[in-house]
Amino acid sequence: MHRIVILGAGTGGTLAANRLRRALGPHDASIICVDQDDRHVYQPGLLFVPFGRTGLNDLIRRRARQIHRGIEYRCDVVESVDISANVVHLAKGGELAYDVLVVASGAVLAPEETEGLTGPGWMEKVFTFYTPDGAAALAKAMATFSSGRIVVNIVDLPIKCPVAPLEFCFLADAYFRQRQLRDRVQLSLVTPLDGAFTKPIAAKHLGGMLSERGIELVTEFNTGEVDGTGGRLISFDGREVPFDLAVVIPAHSGAPYVAKSPGLGDALGFVPTNEHTLQSLAAPNVFAIGDATSLAVSKAGSVTHFQGEVLVQNIQRFLKGEPLDASYDGHVNCFIETGSSKALLIDFNDEVEPETGHYPGRVGMPLLKESRLNHLGKLMFQWFYWHLLLPGRNVPGISSAMPLKGKDRPVAKRREEVAR
Amino acid sequence: MSVETVAGVSLDLNEEGFLTDPSQWNEDVAVALARREGIDPLSERHWEVIRFMRHEFESKGAGPSVRMLAKTSGVPIKELYELFPKGPAKLAAKIAGIPKPRGCI
Repeated sequence: MHRIVILGAGTGGTLAANRLRRALGPHDASIICVDQDDRHVYQPGLLFVPFGRTGLNDLIRRRARQIHRGIEYRCDVVESVDISANVVHLAKGGELAYDVLVVASGAVLAPEETEGLTGPGWMEKVFTFYTPDGAAALAKAMATFSSGRIVVNIVDLPIKCPVAPLEFCFLADAYFRQRQLRDRVQLSLVTPLDGAFTKPIAAKHLGGMLSERGIELVTEFNTGEVDGTGGRLISFDGREVPFDLAVVIPAHSGAPYVAKSPGLGDALGFVPTNEHTLQSLAAPNVFAIGDATSLAVSKAGSVTHFQGEVLVQNIQRFLKGEPLDASYDGHVNCFIETGSSKALLIDFNDEVEPETGHYPGRVGMPLLKESRLNHLGKLMFQWFYWHLLLPGRNVPGISSAMPLKGKDRPVAKRREEVAR
Repeated sequence: MSVETVAGVSLDLNEEGFLTDPSQWNEDVAVALARREGIDPLSERHWEVIRFMRHEFESKGAGPSVRMLAKTSGVPIKELYELFPKGPAKLAAKIAGIPKPRGCI
């Protein structure tokens, strides 16, 4: 009987546990899932909290309830992993020995890494919507904000859901328009990137959408200090951006135990992982999924969902001593809320950047184009999340491999891809 | 893409001025590339970062981000910005002849 230990019961840990339980018989493997609390947050919903469009109660459920029968749920803090002895050390529950380990402990915020960020003004005029408490506090500040400058600042990459800061800007624009205060509120997106997004076609499109809405874009700004009292963001090269209200996305790290476990993670606490097989580079019996990896792919629920299928196939092969041939292609799919009940959808992978067209086929949701259908898709996704994605079911029509079918692509490029 | 002769070596550069073939790099090339970016001369501290970037690239296949660079090289982030103004990871990568660190998005 194989012992599988999964660290983390968020998106990745839950869907991996449920998929593995279905794939492996009760006498083939025991599965234990560990997390430090019993609150599973639907993270994409946090974006809507500051605008009073959803409350925290609607976003949080018990972790243990999302995990199927036949999987043991352990509520404990992971102290460290000894990858040479195949043992996990827990804060109160002693040790867990494993044959296969899955690191699914996601990313944590590291606001203390930025000078001044958690100093005076934190949670008063400097907020983040990336935590439930932060999003709720920001909702109060937004409700009473009637004039001045709001800056949305990405401190450093990688961050979870890289499009969320853009969505926040679009939603804030719509929010103040609706309150008839838009002419008294200035909005700026301050980013370390050289555009609104990294992928050129989408960056141009999204940059255009910012300027259409009168949202200023400040690029290549590497935040060195946040002065909450004086209301200033200060970059490492001495530039300043003033604010009355700052919405900051702090730097992200991996779970603290990862950096404390010799050989497991990199300096930021993320687990170096094979981008195709999801086997860690630390040890052959250690796998990683979702935000916990150091892969240069978006830290997003759709990515974790697409990885789930590959992860489970490869763990099964590993247990049988077979080569790991399931392969993740870097597929990312996300809805970008653009305000006024519209959204756009982007779909891309390592090879193909976000383009126009339809998803998942010629008939479907419009890509890189605002539509009401995409907005409904975004809202419906919450139901999909709890009822299909976490149980580890495949969502009809949406597979791990990125579809090319509906994308508007030059014929030559299509031929080139077919030839490959 | 362009081909330029820098410090007597024919270099393949991409549109942003990064070497597309890191094996074309040598220390004289670094001095010349630094000069083009307004860094002249290269101090021992600059070299420490440049050699670290090369080492990271050779062992991991990619250059580090600035935050990672500060955490692993032993050179504090503020000093990195003094040595390589604006974007230390990007600029140090360019002078070290390795690809631009990938944005993680």
